Amino acid sequence: MKIVAVCGMGIGTSVLLKMNAEKVLAKLGVDADVEAADMGVARGAAQTAEIVLTSEELAEEIGEVPANVIIINNFFDLDEITEKLTAAVQ
Amino acid sequence: MSINLAEELSSITTKAPASDWRAAIRLAGDGLVAGGATTDEYTDEMLAAVDKHGPYIVIAPGIALAHSRPSPAVLHGGLSWVSLATPVEFGHASNDPVSLVIGLAAVDHDSHIQVMGALAGVLSDSAAMTRLLAADSADEVRAELSSLAAAN
Repeated sequence: MKIVAVCGMGIGTSVLLKMNAEKVLAKLGVDADVEAADMGVARGAAQTAEIVLTSEELAEEIGEVPANVIIINNFFDLDEITEKLTAAVQ
Repeated sequence: MSINLAEELSSITTKAPASDWRAAIRLAGDGLVAGGATTDEYTDEMLAAVDKHGPYIVIAPGIALAHSRPSPAVLHGGLSWVSLATPVEFGHASNDPVSLVIGLAAVDHDSHIQVMGALAGVLSDSAAMTRLLAADSADEVRAELSSLAAAN
């Protein structure tokens, strides 16, 4: 499964989100590849990804993509990430 | 023993006054410049990022991670820490107001991953964050970060 974590710049929030998503996925026992990307790369990467993780402001910018776009409000809240990823991988 | 953020931070400012989110981000930018990580242009780039994408940098309640892309304005990787005297609105739908602005500069997309990991660990520890935000001096912040690193 391919997951893209997106932020505006590719060096900050997407990296944090990627790290926490990987923690959650390991705990859920889900085999997935998480890529951190900035807006420029994200739209392209999102064409072949199952899931896109991002914040509310950026979800609109990503626009129409085949992937399931999941909005995360608190990048440190593993419960929020767990809840949303669990629902998405069902 | 994990990475000690006290050693990674280019600068630490506590209880700083900021009239709005731009002033708050400028403080974080000034910290990066003071530490030699960036030039003033990077501060402008961080502000432009929020103008363009909105306040997505407010990644958790009360915490903003100011940053922009790797660019010629970044001389080397760096982190700055600015706690605010009064919380400031950034316009985020759920995580406002902001009490802590962290400035982040990176030269590429992956060399700072371990530092980010250490940062994530500290920022998600709510008891530690309460102590860190109450700190009145850079030395107090450093002492707290060092003891967190030693404990983990």
